[in-house]
Amino acid sequence: MNRFLVPMAAFALLVVVLAIGIDRAPQKSVIESALLGKAAPEFVLPQLGSEAPFDSRSMRGRWYLLNVWGTWCAECRAEHEMLLEISRSKRLPVVGLNWKDEDGLATQWLQDLGNPYEHVPLDREGRTAIDWGVYGAPETFLIDADGKIVYKHVGAMTPEVWQRQILARLPPPSATLPAPEPAS
Amino acid sequence: MKALCQGNLAARALRAWLLALALVLAAGVASAVDPVELDDPVLQARYRELSHELRCMQCQNQSIADSPVGLAGDLRREVRELLVAGKSDDEIRSWMRERYGDFILFRPVFAARTAWLWLAPAVLLIIGLGVAVRVVRQRASIAANGSEDDDGSPA
Repeated sequence: MNRFLVPMAAFALLVVVLAIGIDRAPQKSVIESALLGKAAPEFVLPQLGSEAPFDSRSMRGRWYLLNVWGTWCAECRAEHEMLLEISRSKRLPVVGLNWKDEDGLATQWLQDLGNPYEHVPLDREGRTAIDWGVYGAPETFLIDADGKIVYKHVGAMTPEVWQRQILARLPPPSATLPAPEPAS
Repeated sequence: MKALCQGNLAARALRAWLLALALVLAAGVASAVDPVELDDPVLQARYRELSHELRCMQCQNQSIADSPVGLAGDLRREVRELLVAGKSDDEIRSWMRERYGDFILFRPVFAARTAWLWLAPAVLLIIGLGVAVRVVRQRASIAANGSEDDDGSPA
Protein backbone atom coordinates (compact mmCIF):
# COMPACT_ATOMS: atom_id res chain seq x y z
CA MET A 1 0.00 0.00 0.00
CA ASN A 2 2.64 2.44 1.11
CA ARG A 3 4.76 2.03 -1.98
CA PHE A 4 1.84 3.03 -4.21
CA LEU A 5 0.94 6.07 -2.14
CA VAL A 6 3.61 8.40 -3.50
CA PRO A 7 3.13 7.55 -7.20
CA MET A 8 -0.64 7.76 -6.83
CA ALA A 9 -0.39 11.13 -5.10
CA ALA A 10 1.98 12.35 -7.80
CA PHE A 11 -0.41 11.14 -10.49
CA ALA A 12 -3.37 12.81 -8.79
CA LEU A 13 -1.40 16.05 -8.59
CA LEU A 14 -0.56 15.79 -12.29
CA VAL A 15 -4.23 15.25 -13.14
CA VAL A 16 -5.22 18.32 -11.15
CA VAL A 17 -2.51 20.48 -12.74
CA LEU A 18 -3.41 19.38 -16.26
CA ALA A 19 -7.15 19.79 -15.61
CA ILE A 20 -6.56 23.36 -14.47
CA GLY A 21 -4.42 23.91 -17.54
CA ILE A 22 -7.08 22.61 -19.90
CA ASP A 23 -9.83 24.49 -18.13
CA ARG A 24 -8.00 27.80 -18.16
CA ALA A 25 -6.37 27.45 -21.56
CA PRO A 26 -7.05 30.60 -23.55
CA GLN A 27 -9.56 30.08 -26.28
CA LYS A 28 -7.16 30.42 -29.14
CA SER A 29 -9.64 31.51 -31.74
CA VAL A 30 -10.54 34.55 -29.65
CA ILE A 31 -7.72 36.33 -27.87
CA GLU A 32 -8.76 38.84 -25.26
CA SER A 33 -7.67 42.34 -26.13
CA ALA A 34 -4.80 43.80 -24.14
CA LEU A 35 -6.55 47.16 -24.46
CA LEU A 36 -9.72 46.37 -22.52
CA GLY A 37 -10.33 49.03 -19.89
CA LYS A 38 -7.61 51.21 -21.38
CA ALA A 39 -7.82 54.43 -23.34
CA ALA A 40 -8.57 53.82 -27.00
CA PRO A 41 -5.49 54.66 -29.10
CA GLU A 42 -5.97 58.02 -30.76
CA PHE A 43 -5.55 58.43 -34.48
CA VAL A 44 -6.02 60.91 -37.28
CA LEU A 45 -6.63 59.38 -40.71
CA PRO A 46 -8.05 60.46 -44.04
CA GLN A 47 -11.68 59.45 -44.42
CA LEU A 48 -14.02 58.46 -47.22
CA GLY A 49 -16.24 61.15 -48.65
CA SER A 50 -14.57 64.10 -46.96
CA GLU A 51 -11.55 66.29 -47.50
CA ALA A 52 -11.08 66.72 -43.75
CA PRO A 53 -9.26 63.93 -41.94
CA PHE A 54 -11.03 61.97 -39.21
CA ASP A 55 -9.74 62.59 -35.70
CA SER A 56 -10.76 59.91 -33.18
CA ARG A 57 -10.80 62.56 -30.45
CA SER A 58 -13.88 64.05 -32.13
CA MET A 59 -15.83 61.07 -30.70
CA ARG A 60 -15.11 62.10 -27.11
CA GLY A 61 -18.20 62.38 -24.97
CA ARG A 62 -20.12 59.75 -26.96
CA TRP A 63 -20.23 55.97 -26.78
CA TYR A 64 -19.42 54.49 -30.18
CA LEU A 65 -18.51 51.31 -32.01
CA LEU A 66 -15.31 51.03 -34.00
CA ASN A 67 -15.75 48.34 -36.61
CA VAL A 68 -12.63 47.14 -38.46
CA TRP A 69 -13.47 46.01 -41.98
CA GLY A 70 -12.22 45.60 -45.53
CA THR A 71 -13.76 44.67 -48.83
CA TRP A 72 -11.34 41.69 -48.98
CA CYS A 73 -12.92 40.27 -45.83
CA ALA A 74 -15.72 37.74 -46.36
CA GLU A 75 -17.00 37.82 -42.79
CA CYS A 76 -17.41 41.59 -43.12
CA ARG A 77 -20.00 41.04 -45.82
CA ALA A 78 -21.75 38.54 -43.56
CA GLU A 79 -22.06 41.06 -40.72
CA HIS A 80 -22.93 44.05 -42.87
CA GLU A 81 -26.71 43.67 -42.53
CA MET A 82 -26.32 43.61 -38.72
CA LEU A 83 -24.23 46.78 -38.83
CA LEU A 84 -26.93 48.48 -40.89
CA GLU A 85 -29.47 47.42 -38.28
CA ILE A 86 -27.33 48.83 -35.48
CA SER A 87 -26.97 52.06 -37.41
CA ARG A 88 -30.76 52.27 -37.90
CA SER A 89 -31.34 51.71 -34.16
CA LYS A 90 -29.57 55.05 -33.55
CA ARG A 91 -28.33 53.81 -30.18
CA LEU A 92 -24.75 54.75 -30.96
CA PRO A 93 -22.63 55.80 -33.93
CA VAL A 94 -20.48 53.26 -35.78
CA VAL A 95 -17.06 54.25 -37.07
CA GLY A 96 -15.82 51.92 -39.80
CA LEU A 97 -12.05 51.64 -39.83
CA ASN A 98 -11.28 50.53 -43.37
CA TRP A 99 -8.24 48.28 -42.96
CA LYS A 100 -5.68 47.87 -45.77
CA ASP A 101 -8.18 48.35 -48.53
CA GLU A 102 -8.56 50.37 -51.69
CA ASP A 103 -10.60 53.54 -51.37
CA GLY A 104 -12.47 52.86 -54.62
CA LEU A 105 -13.48 49.35 -53.56
CA ALA A 106 -14.61 50.62 -50.16
CA THR A 107 -16.76 53.34 -51.75
CA GLN A 108 -18.28 50.83 -54.14
CA TRP A 109 -19.01 48.40 -51.27
CA LEU A 110 -20.85 51.03 -49.26
CA GLN A 111 -22.82 52.14 -52.33
CA ASP A 112 -23.86 48.57 -53.08
CA LEU A 113 -24.60 47.32 -49.57
CA GLY A 114 -25.54 50.51 -47.73
CA ASN A 115 -23.46 52.62 -45.37
CA PRO A 116 -23.83 51.95 -41.64
CA TYR A 117 -20.89 54.19 -40.72
CA GLU A 118 -20.85 57.73 -39.43
CA HIS A 119 -17.21 57.97 -40.49
CA VAL A 120 -14.95 55.73 -42.55
CA PRO A 121 -11.31 56.44 -41.64
CA LEU A 122 -8.87 54.84 -44.08
CA ASP A 123 -6.06 52.82 -42.51
CA ARG A 124 -4.30 52.17 -45.80
CA GLU A 125 -1.01 51.04 -44.22
CA GLY A 126 -2.52 49.11 -41.32
CA ARG A 127 -0.74 51.11 -38.60
CA THR A 128 -3.84 52.19 -36.70
CA ALA A 129 -5.12 48.60 -36.70
CA ILE A 130 -1.86 47.49 -35.08
CA ASP A 131 -2.18 50.22 -32.44
CA TRP A 132 -5.61 48.80 -31.64
CA GLY A 133 -4.27 45.25 -31.47
CA VAL A 134 -6.36 44.12 -34.43
CA TYR A 135 -5.39 40.71 -35.77
CA GLY A 136 -8.21 39.83 -38.12
CA ALA A 137 -11.22 41.57 -39.60
CA PRO A 138 -13.95 41.96 -38.67
CA GLU A 139 -13.35 43.20 -35.15
CA THR A 140 -15.64 45.56 -33.28
CA PHE A 141 -14.69 47.70 -30.30
CA LEU A 142 -17.10 49.41 -27.90
CA ILE A 143 -15.73 52.72 -26.65
CA ASP A 144 -17.33 54.69 -23.83
CA ALA A 145 -17.84 58.43 -23.49
CA ASP A 146 -14.45 58.81 -21.77
CA GLY A 147 -12.70 57.21 -24.73
CA LYS A 148 -12.06 53.92 -22.94
CA ILE A 149 -12.31 50.52 -24.66
CA VAL A 150 -15.07 48.66 -22.82
CA TYR A 151 -15.48 45.58 -24.99
CA LYS A 152 -14.08 43.95 -28.09
CA HIS A 153 -15.74 41.39 -30.32
CA VAL A 154 -13.71 39.35 -32.81
CA GLY A 155 -15.61 37.99 -35.79
CA ALA A 156 -18.89 38.93 -37.39
CA MET A 157 -21.35 41.05 -35.40
CA THR A 158 -24.48 39.07 -34.61
CA PRO A 159 -27.82 39.94 -32.97
CA GLU A 160 -26.68 37.93 -29.89
CA VAL A 161 -23.46 39.92 -29.50
CA TRP A 162 -25.34 43.16 -30.07
CA GLN A 163 -27.96 42.31 -27.42
CA ARG A 164 -25.89 40.58 -24.78
CA GLN A 165 -22.52 42.27 -25.05
CA ILE A 166 -23.09 45.73 -26.47
CA LEU A 167 -26.60 46.84 -25.48
CA ALA A 168 -26.08 45.33 -22.03
CA ARG A 169 -23.05 47.55 -21.51
CA LEU A 170 -24.57 50.74 -22.89
CA PRO A 171 -25.99 53.26 -20.45
CA PRO A 172 -29.79 53.66 -20.76
CA PRO A 173 -30.82 55.74 -23.80
CA SER A 174 -31.44 58.87 -21.74
CA ALA A 175 -27.95 58.72 -20.27
CA THR A 176 -26.33 58.80 -23.70
CA LEU A 177 -27.75 62.29 -24.11
CA PRO A 178 -26.11 65.18 -22.25
CA ALA A 179 -27.22 65.11 -18.63
CA PRO A 180 -30.06 67.56 -17.95
CA GLU A 181 -29.35 70.44 -15.60
CA PRO A 182 -30.29 69.44 -12.07
CA ALA A 183 -33.48 71.19 -10.97
CA SER A 184 -32.70 73.73 -8.26
CA MET B 1 50.76 9.96 -55.62
CA LYS B 2 50.79 13.62 -56.46
CA ALA B 3 48.13 13.13 -59.11
CA LEU B 4 45.96 11.29 -56.58
CA CYS B 5 46.29 14.14 -54.11
CA GLN B 6 45.28 16.66 -56.73
CA GLY B 7 42.30 14.52 -57.67
CA ASN B 8 41.28 14.40 -54.05
CA LEU B 9 41.69 18.12 -53.76
CA ALA B 10 39.56 18.75 -56.83
CA ALA B 11 36.86 16.43 -55.55
CA ARG B 12 36.91 18.12 -52.16
CA ALA B 13 36.77 21.56 -53.75
CA LEU B 14 33.82 20.46 -55.87
CA ARG B 15 32.05 19.08 -52.81
CA ALA B 16 32.71 22.28 -50.90
CA TRP B 17 31.25 24.28 -53.75
CA LEU B 18 28.19 22.07 -53.97
CA LEU B 19 27.67 22.40 -50.22
CA ALA B 20 28.02 26.16 -50.41
CA LEU B 21 25.57 26.29 -53.29
CA ALA B 22 23.07 24.14 -51.38
CA LEU B 23 23.40 26.41 -48.34
CA VAL B 24 22.89 29.53 -50.42
CA LEU B 25 19.80 28.00 -52.03
CA ALA B 26 18.48 26.90 -48.66
CA ALA B 27 19.02 30.39 -47.26
CA GLY B 28 17.13 31.77 -50.23
CA VAL B 29 14.17 29.54 -49.45
CA ALA B 30 14.33 30.31 -45.72
CA SER B 31 14.21 34.06 -46.23
CA ALA B 32 11.63 34.00 -48.99
CA VAL B 33 8.88 35.16 -46.60
CA ASP B 34 10.89 38.15 -45.49
CA PRO B 35 13.26 39.47 -48.12
CA VAL B 36 13.77 42.84 -46.40
CA GLU B 37 17.20 43.39 -44.91
CA LEU B 38 18.38 46.20 -42.70
CA ASP B 39 21.59 47.96 -43.71
CA ASP B 40 23.19 47.66 -40.29
CA PRO B 41 24.22 44.02 -39.68
CA VAL B 42 23.82 44.42 -35.90
CA LEU B 43 20.25 45.69 -36.31
CA GLN B 44 19.61 42.96 -38.86
CA ALA B 45 20.68 40.29 -36.36
CA ARG B 46 18.42 41.77 -33.66
CA TYR B 47 15.62 42.05 -36.21
CA ARG B 48 15.89 38.36 -37.08
CA GLU B 49 15.97 37.41 -33.41
CA LEU B 50 12.97 39.58 -32.49
CA SER B 51 10.82 38.62 -35.45
CA HIS B 52 11.25 34.96 -34.52
CA GLU B 53 10.13 35.66 -30.94
CA LEU B 54 6.88 37.36 -31.91
CA ARG B 55 3.79 35.36 -32.66
CA CYS B 56 1.78 35.97 -35.78
CA MET B 57 -1.61 36.54 -34.16
CA GLN B 58 -3.45 35.40 -37.26
CA CYS B 59 -1.78 32.04 -37.70
CA GLN B 60 -0.68 31.67 -34.06
CA ASN B 61 1.76 28.82 -34.45
CA GLN B 62 4.09 30.76 -36.68
CA SER B 63 6.34 33.64 -35.79
CA ILE B 64 5.97 36.88 -37.71
CA ALA B 65 9.30 36.02 -39.37
CA ASP B 66 7.85 32.83 -40.86
CA SER B 67 4.37 33.97 -41.73
CA PRO B 68 3.43 35.25 -45.17
CA VAL B 69 0.17 36.94 -44.08
CA GLY B 70 -0.23 40.68 -44.40
CA LEU B 71 -0.42 41.44 -40.69
CA ALA B 72 2.88 39.65 -40.04
CA GLY B 73 4.46 41.80 -42.73
CA ASP B 74 3.05 44.94 -41.09
CA LEU B 75 4.37 43.85 -37.70
CA ARG B 76 7.82 43.18 -39.18
CA ARG B 77 7.74 46.68 -40.62
CA GLU B 78 6.95 48.05 -37.15
CA VAL B 79 9.84 46.05 -35.64
CA ARG B 80 12.26 47.38 -38.27
CA GLU B 81 11.13 50.95 -37.74
CA LEU B 82 11.39 50.69 -33.97
CA LEU B 83 14.89 49.19 -34.30
CA VAL B 84 16.02 51.96 -36.63
CA ALA B 85 14.48 54.49 -34.21
CA GLY B 86 16.90 53.15 -31.59
CA LYS B 87 14.50 51.21 -29.37
CA SER B 88 15.86 48.38 -27.25
CA ASP B 89 14.67 44.78 -27.65
CA ASP B 90 12.71 45.06 -24.40
CA GLU B 91 11.08 48.29 -25.49
CA ILE B 92 9.98 46.64 -28.73
CA ARG B 93 8.63 43.60 -26.87
CA SER B 94 6.59 45.79 -24.53
CA TRP B 95 5.41 47.90 -27.49
CA MET B 96 3.97 44.70 -28.94
CA ARG B 97 2.57 43.54 -25.60
CA GLU B 98 0.74 46.83 -25.06
CA ARG B 99 -1.18 46.17 -28.26
CA TYR B 100 -1.51 42.41 -28.48
CA GLY B 101 -0.99 41.18 -24.92
CA ASP B 102 1.40 38.53 -23.58
CA PHE B 103 0.15 36.08 -26.19
CA ILE B 104 2.27 37.73 -28.86
CA LEU B 105 5.47 36.65 -27.08
CA PHE B 106 6.46 33.04 -27.67
CA ARG B 107 8.65 33.25 -24.56
CA PRO B 108 6.34 33.98 -21.60
CA VAL B 109 7.23 36.88 -19.34
CA PHE B 110 8.26 36.13 -15.76
CA ALA B 111 5.43 37.33 -13.52
CA ALA B 112 3.62 36.05 -10.45
CA ARG B 113 1.09 34.50 -12.82
CA THR B 114 3.73 32.61 -14.80
CA ALA B 115 6.24 31.91 -12.02
CA TRP B 116 5.17 28.27 -11.70
CA LEU B 117 5.80 27.81 -15.40
CA TRP B 118 9.39 28.97 -15.05
CA LEU B 119 10.10 27.37 -11.68
CA ALA B 120 8.35 24.04 -12.17
CA PRO B 121 11.24 22.40 -14.11
CA ALA B 122 13.75 23.24 -11.35
CA VAL B 123 11.34 22.07 -8.62
CA LEU B 124 10.62 18.83 -10.47
CA LEU B 125 14.35 18.28 -11.01
CA ILE B 126 15.01 18.68 -7.27
CA ILE B 127 12.17 16.29 -6.41
CA GLY B 128 13.48 13.79 -8.96
CA LEU B 129 17.01 14.02 -7.58
CA GLY B 130 15.66 13.51 -4.06
CA VAL B 131 13.80 10.38 -5.13
CA ALA B 132 16.85 9.08 -7.00
CA VAL B 133 19.12 9.62 -3.98
CA ARG B 134 16.68 7.79 -1.72
CA VAL B 135 16.32 4.85 -4.07
CA VAL B 136 20.10 4.56 -4.52
CA ARG B 137 20.68 4.71 -0.73
CA GLN B 138 18.02 2.06 -0.08
CA ARG B 139 19.54 -0.24 -2.68
CA ALA B 140 23.00 0.38 -1.25
CA SER B 141 21.87 -0.47 2.28
CA ILE B 142 20.05 -3.57 1.05
CA ALA B 143 23.19 -4.66 -0.80
CA ALA B 144 25.36 -3.91 2.26
CA ASN B 145 23.07 -5.96 4.51
CA GLY B 146 23.24 -8.80 2.02
CA SER B 147 19.49 -9.04 2.18
CA GLU B 148 17.93 -11.61 -0.13
CA ASP B 149 14.51 -10.11 0.42
CA ASP B 150 14.69 -7.82 -2.62
CA ASP B 151 12.00 -9.61 -4.59
CA GLY B 152 9.91 -6.51 -5.07
CA SER B 153 7.23 -7.45 -2.53
CA PRO B 154 6.31 -4.88 0.08
CA ALA B 155 8.19 -5.23 3.33
